[in-house]
Amino acid sequence: MADAEGQVIVGLEVHCQLDTLSKLFCGCSTDYRSDGPNTHVCPICLGLPGAMPALNKRAIEYAMKVAKALNCEIISEAEFSRKNYFYPDLDKAYQITQYDKPLALGGYLEIESDEGGEKKVRLTRIHVEEDPGRLVHMGNTERGKYSLVDYNRAGIPLIEIVSEPDMRSPKEARKFLNKLRATLEYLSVFDSEKEGSLRVDANISIKGSERVEVKNITSYKGVEKALTFEVTRQKNLIRRGQTIDRETRHYLEARGITQSARSKEQEHDYRYFPEPDLRPLRVKSWVDNIVLPELPDARRERFIARYGCSLSHARTLTGELKLANFFEQVVAADPQGLSPLAATWIADTLIGELNYRDMSLDRVEPAAMTGLVRILKKGTITDKSGVEVLRVMLDQRHRKEPDNTIKVAWSLTNDEGKVTLAAEKIPVSEAGIKRTIIEAPETPEAIVQRLALAKHTGDDRVITAAIQEAIAENPKALGDYYAGKAGALNFLVGQVMKKTRGKADPADLNRMLAEALKTRGP
Amino acid sequence: MAGEIAFSPSDTYNAFLTTCNKAPYGTGKLAGVAVAVKDNISTKDIETTCASKILKGYIPPYDAHVVGLLKSAGAAIAGKTNMDEFGMGTTTENSAFGPTLNPCDTSRVPGGSSGGSAAAVAAGFVRMALGSDTGGSIRCPAAFCGIVGLKPSYGRVSRYGLIAYSNSLEQIGPLGKTVTDVSTLMGVIAGHDRHDSTSQDKPYNHTPKADIKGLKIGIPQEYFGKGVDPQVAAVVKKAIGRLEELGATTVPCSIPSMEYALAAYYVTCTCEASSNLARFDGVRYGPATDTKKSWHDAFQEVRGASFGTEVRRRIMLGTFALSSGYYGRYYAKAQVARENVRADFNRIFKDVDVIAGPTMPTIAFRLKEKSDPLSMYLADILTVPANLAGIPAISVPCGKSEGMPVGLQIMGRMFADERVVDVAYAYEQAVS
Amino acid sequence: MVTEKDVQHIAELADVGISPGELGTFTHQFNAILEYFDILDRVEGTGQAERDLYNVLREDEIEPSLPQDDVLKNAPFKEDGFIKAPRVM
Repeated sequence: MADAEGQVIVGLEVHCQLDTLSKLFCGCSTDYRSDGPNTHVCPICLGLPGAMPALNKRAIEYAMKVAKALNCEIISEAEFSRKNYFYPDLDKAYQITQYDKPLALGGYLEIESDEGGEKKVRLTRIHVEEDPGRLVHMGNTERGKYSLVDYNRAGIPLIEIVSEPDMRSPKEARKFLNKLRATLEYLSVFDSEKEGSLRVDANISIKGSERVEVKNITSYKGVEKALTFEVTRQKNLIRRGQTIDRETRHYLEARGITQSARSKEQEHDYRYFPEPDLRPLRVKSWVDNIVLPELPDARRERFIARYGCSLSHARTLTGELKLANFFEQVVAADPQGLSPLAATWIADTLIGELNYRDMSLDRVEPAAMTGLVRILKKGTITDKSGVEVLRVMLDQRHRKEPDNTIKVAWSLTNDEGKVTLAAEKIPVSEAGIKRTIIEAPETPEAIVQRLALAKHTGDDRVITAAIQEAIAENPKALGDYYAGKAGALNFLVGQVMKKTRGKADPADLNRMLAEALKTRGP
Repeated sequence: MAGEIAFSPSDTYNAFLTTCNKAPYGTGKLAGVAVAVKDNISTKDIETTCASKILKGYIPPYDAHVVGLLKSAGAAIAGKTNMDEFGMGTTTENSAFGPTLNPCDTSRVPGGSSGGSAAAVAAGFVRMALGSDTGGSIRCPAAFCGIVGLKPSYGRVSRYGLIAYSNSLEQIGPLGKTVTDVSTLMGVIAGHDRHDSTSQDKPYNHTPKADIKGLKIGIPQEYFGKGVDPQVAAVVKKAIGRLEELGATTVPCSIPSMEYALAAYYVTCTCEASSNLARFDGVRYGPATDTKKSWHDAFQEVRGASFGTEVRRRIMLGTFALSSGYYGRYYAKAQVARENVRADFNRIFKDVDVIAGPTMPTIAFRLKEKSDPLSMYLADILTVPANLAGIPAISVPCGKSEGMPVGLQIMGRMFADERVVDVAYAYEQAVS
Repeated sequence: MVTEKDVQHIAELADVGISPGELGTFTHQFNAILEYFDILDRVEGTGQAERDLYNVLREDEIEPSLPQDDVLKNAPFKEDGFIKAPRVM
């Protein structure tokens, strides 16, 4: 079906750093992020005169794994080429990449389309190349601008995955990127948590108009934002009767906009030719020996079959390798019993709470989650309390660096039966208040115990009293209820919940209130 | 360290750019032997300039693979020798630090681009030297200075640490007073290097043998045609006659691809050089740039001021030949031409063992005689075919013309360096 | 045939710089050499040949990097471990 005029068309070029121990063409360690500038550099990746590249076998193996997982065809003879241009972060003034003989051609990735259902985004090619160094821009117009260069990143192996322009919206682009990221994680060739490990260039056009390239997108969210901005910008231009220029634009993350790069970049003539210091690769036969692990789609289907997850939950849970592993560890002891609640609580609640705290899943031990799920399954606490317990659990595990001068501690004060929990910066000693400093994070059971969150059961005197109080205090609502007005009962339930501080189950309360009101009569 | 030699030659020929006055040495096959190293071969902590202003003051933090091998064999690195800037030239006049003079006649050039290494050996400052040969840069100065020079088969000697001019054509190789010296040095530097992905696992363990009975020598008509000085041709023919007296037979042959070999050579080397030399921008090494300018302007300024004319010319030729629309016409075509040259040699080597002819079409030029670049390029016509095909080629002195040395060139099959050395040795022994 | 303008453009593409005084001679010599290269137009053949060296690869092993001082020592300008380069904007 041909695209309609005005249809958004998107293609992506994704660069991912391959998670090898050493760089693509030399033995420098790739673990440079926590070290000083220019400390992971040798004559080869510094591009010193006379140095020569030596190709990392594992980088090729990883790239082939990706190619196989994405259904590409490995070409019979692949070759490296030089892409020649001048830039301070490119120390040889050429990048060793692959041009007319890339490692793999074709292939596809299945994503959830905008219409619902699955669609195949076709790939053009996959190839391997080296990362340039990193530039830091310094100075200002008065004192003089200059750049500082760190070559630690120079020579890191990159895999470049080029898609056909098969995506039809910024949302589909984000879906593609997420699926790609998940696939690479499952293959254990890529660490998405490493800063800067993924970079995206997008090509976007509105059917009938010129194509625009957007470069310098470095986050998953950034892709959708940048493209959404572009769609708006382009549609506005079209609406005003102006033409879209075929150009390159840069995405400025901080401002959420794209900006024309034309003034900065000259017309590039890369003068590609085969890299004479490297020999061609004939590795097509290696494909047969590559054993792929379970990939996201297969795992999703398995989650539906084995754990009874809904499609939506299964998609979410298998969308990240760590999350999928986490889920399976949480339910391992009793898959049939724990899965339903675990799926809901992890997919619908835990992820959101982690994102809110900008917290890594690594911080949460699966046993803690299992404990919470068990408590919820038993019905000991309400869902509302469940959320509270989860929040406390996460806060306790989300340790920030303590202030130099003030000790950070979890403290529990017990003043005449009134128990309060607080996270605070406290002076090291403070007289007068009995404090118990909690150093280790608590189990969910302990939290429930300490905060006395156990549900009030139906024959609890506290609830009955609260119900009577609510009835007495709200004559208008009462009147509304007896008059048959909708919402009056909910209002009263809410009042009782307030009084019992959420420790009564709303369903229970509904029933009990209704009964109490019936007994009382108008 | 086993000892130190004192090395302070009276270098009136400007053979050396750097001399190591106290050169340490170790134990091994070359213990205590002073070896000069061409200044495009990286030597740790010793200035390495490629005879260019753009590398003045550059101190490599690493040794070229062959320098490591020299040290392991106990050799004393005597100094770094003068050359045509970045290997681009046939006379060593393209050095930014003055030409080297031919010890046989100081009004003449020593040849290039390894002119300094050849002069150092010819003058007797050292017995052995390392040079590099991209289109004749070892053999030409060996012929002009009357010494022995070998271009090994491509891949037999590691290029790691050789500051690249044309990666697919060049090899580091030995120069020496005698064939035995050259063979000994070859034995030390040849062999596989994991840092050089184009290097072959073919070590050289050979003592030269003088027996060439039954050897079949191809005599290509193109090596004795127009463009070759008749006196030089006559001297070489006489030398080949000597080989026949030793039991060899000659077979006439033809290399039709010679017609475009030189063009293929210059397209290939200028294209590769334009890319190899792009890294010289003054940021990580080289002359200080004015960092207030934007990078394109700053780079142009440094490179314009610090590269010599010939270097800039070749960079531009290569840039042009690789630029959009021209790749197929020039670089790609040049590689096809190379295949044809290889095919010609393969065909000839079915019937003969080695090929013989003059190394250079003339004797050493006078200083400043060759001022036009194209006429300079044409002087390489007899040496470039071996580089294009990758085959081994040696030059051994075989007489004089107008009082200047003439070189006899022996070329052999791919990886048959030992054979080529033997033929040169047989000749040398016969006339000494 | 290339013009002086073409030669100027090539000099800029290659960042080598060519002074106005040199431009005329350079262009003249350039053209002579390019004319010599024309002989390649007559070359026939496929250029495809079997070589004996493929798949030259090394194991993914870490080797020591240069000390930061060695990386910086030939650089004319540096700051806080970085190498200083001309501005890009």
